[in-house]
Amino acid sequence: MNETVIAAIDQGTTSTRCMIFDRQGRTRSLAQREHHQTFPRPGWAEQDADEIWRHVQRLVPEALAQAGLDHRQVAALGIANQRETTVVWDRATGRSVAPAITWQDTRTSDIVDDLVAKGATDKVMAVTGLQPRTYFAGPRLRWLLDHRRGLRARAEAGELLFGTMESWLIWNLTGGLDGGVHVTDVTNASRTMLMDLSTGQWDDTMLELLDIPRAGLPSIRSNAEVYGTCVAPLQGVPIAGALGDQQAALFGQTCFQPGDAKCTYGTGAFLLINTGPERPTPGPSVLPTVAYALGDDAPVYAVEGSIAMAGSLVQWLRDALEIIPTAPQIETLARSVDHNGGCYIVPAFSGLYAPRWDQDARGVIVGLTSFVTKAHLARAVLEATAWQTWEVVEAIRRDLGLTLETLRVDGGMTSNHLLMQMLSDVLDASVERPLVSETVCLGAAYAAGLTVGYWSDLATLSHHRHVAAVWRPQMDAAVRKRESTQWNRAVDHALGWVLPPE
Amino acid sequence: MRANVTDVPGAIQSVERAAAVLRILGGAGRPLRLSEIADALDLPKPTIFGLVRTLRDVGFVHQDRATSDYSLGDGIRNLHESGLDPNDLRSHAMNWSDALASRTRLEVHIGFPDPDGARIVHHVFRPGGSVQQLRIGEVLPFHASALGKIMLGFVAGTPSSPRQLERYTPRTLVNRAALDAELHRIRARGWSSEGSELIPGIGALAVPLRGYGGIGVGALAVTGPVEKVFRHAGPPLDTIIRATTETAASISRSLGLHA
Repeated sequence: MNETVIAAIDQGTTSTRCMIFDRQGRTRSLAQREHHQTFPRPGWAEQDADEIWRHVQRLVPEALAQAGLDHRQVAALGIANQRETTVVWDRATGRSVAPAITWQDTRTSDIVDDLVAKGATDKVMAVTGLQPRTYFAGPRLRWLLDHRRGLRARAEAGELLFGTMESWLIWNLTGGLDGGVHVTDVTNASRTMLMDLSTGQWDDTMLELLDIPRAGLPSIRSNAEVYGTCVAPLQGVPIAGALGDQQAALFGQTCFQPGDAKCTYGTGAFLLINTGPERPTPGPSVLPTVAYALGDDAPVYAVEGSIAMAGSLVQWLRDALEIIPTAPQIETLARSVDHNGGCYIVPAFSGLYAPRWDQDARGVIVGLTSFVTKAHLARAVLEATAWQTWEVVEAIRRDLGLTLETLRVDGGMTSNHLLMQMLSDVLDASVERPLVSETVCLGAAYAAGLTVGYWSDLATLSHHRHVAAVWRPQMDAAVRKRESTQWNRAVDHALGWVLPPE
Repeated sequence: MRANVTDVPGAIQSVERAAAVLRILGGAGRPLRLSEIADALDLPKPTIFGLVRTLRDVGFVHQDRATSDYSLGDGIRNLHESGLDPNDLRSHAMNWSDALASRTRLEVHIGFPDPDGARIVHHVFRPGGSVQQLRIGEVLPFHASALGKIMLGFVAGTPSSPRQLERYTPRTLVNRAALDAELHRIRARGWSSEGSELIPGIGALAVPLRGYGGIGVGALAVTGPVEKVFRHAGPPLDTIIRATTETAASISRSLGLHA
């Protein structure tokens, strides 16, 4: 019973999971629970923060029981979370005062349009590094203060607390009403559009622009320090690490050197590349963000490109078109032909994210002829994910002069062998899958373990990393050139499709 | 492994009823509600529910997402095709096979039967090894690999005996009687091994993967230097047998095997 472990919580979009890791960074157990999401209006997406907290209280003992451990053996707890999802709660009752507004929610478009109309774009970019978009948390907080009766007055009176999911969980885990610690971490804060990306502090100009009172904001902390000590169910365990989920995956993939990059392939895809200790200034196509800040060390930055549809396009083929019975069988169908038959699919179902950022783009299938079969469509679906990744990598190369030699991948789609080979082919880079696929939890565990000295340094963590598979490029350069031109031409057809209202 | 049939029983009622459900769904010409099937067979709804649920889980019955009505599933129309897709198998097996590689410190293969041998459909590198190449798509000879031999022993649809027993190393089993004796041992103990039979110095251990009803659908193998798989001049290491067998049981459960 002398063995100690690190626990990690990944509070995700559809579910929350708790995992236990040993000193070699190996998984000891995993417990998971899905929570409800509601979509009360088109473009709205909400969750119940109280429900998520109830789940966390059950998951942690479940994961410990599975591993045959008790909480006294947990050396530290780390937390990763869905970013940009916004919670407001009452510091006197400990309950959320409105449904949490999730990162997919676009209800803040008026607030964002107003900022742009005021000519604030340059100012916002200079301070936060971000272009004003509905994606970020700050405008959501403003929306709640404007639209939920009494919230603004109560916020100004200091009765309410704001935060993203990690703030909410840390406050509750450290006692809630009874001494809960109100903090956020610098990666989550960098996605609020309220933080100065250079100083890592809340910025008064941004608070003024968005008319948000400072009183309810959490204090911004690094990603690896002891924020507080848990009460039950982890009585006495220090919470020693917190990162947004994509940054946690970057950390879990041990992308510690400038130029190290990872992409997580789930519903959408998120590519982050470590750019080192200087704040990067890419163009508007990819966004600068904090990769991690460890204790008192200077922060390390990253550039991020998010792709809206990856796995969800495969789901569309399965559920809406019913061309495949299960998602993995897209590979079986796609392999029955050896090229796309001249057909390209641009999955701009709700606009395009990085690097195009066109919310008026809509999906197109181009190059259709009588020759094209469902097998060619299946191939085009997988190629769309590969080419969208290529676009992000190209934008990073153009803006920052960083060339990718290896892309570390994780997420459900990495079980698709054909897609991973396509990725390697179009990127002309090696694609590596790590042995521990739960990189988000692993990253949060790593940060927490470093803080308490469970692991001594980053080199120790890199040493734990084992490669489960590598795909190497096999595509002829001339083919890559021609296909990339065709992809770009296909995207041109998708851009600006939506007509302005009459 | 196989039940000893000492007394021949009469007709099994639930199999008859399942066949009747399939006939009714096949003849209806439209999707049917649970109550319609129950009325047609004059059986209580809970009984029919159990039957159609089971038939749905094995792919013989389809349930409409929106209406919950039942019709014949693709599985019954395509009985001539193998029940499991190799890419579904990889997706089910990935987390388990990663954990097996990290537990045994060996390379992991998942094989699927092909006419000429065991095709590798999933490959996990040996942790901490030197540069390794992905071997997905490679076909290993039935008689000379652990993965191939376990398929000859357990997986439906593999040839009863390979056409030709080619020699790869001095240890390859090229004598048909010796191979038959080996298959007999493999069936009795539930695992196969390979010691320098395909590549000198390389050993492997394989166990079957089973789907619903216990159908052998593929195989799981760990492979590496012989001394990492076998005891010195002896049988495979107990720890390796245990880890591989436990992993196969977990994968089989996720494929629908009710143990």
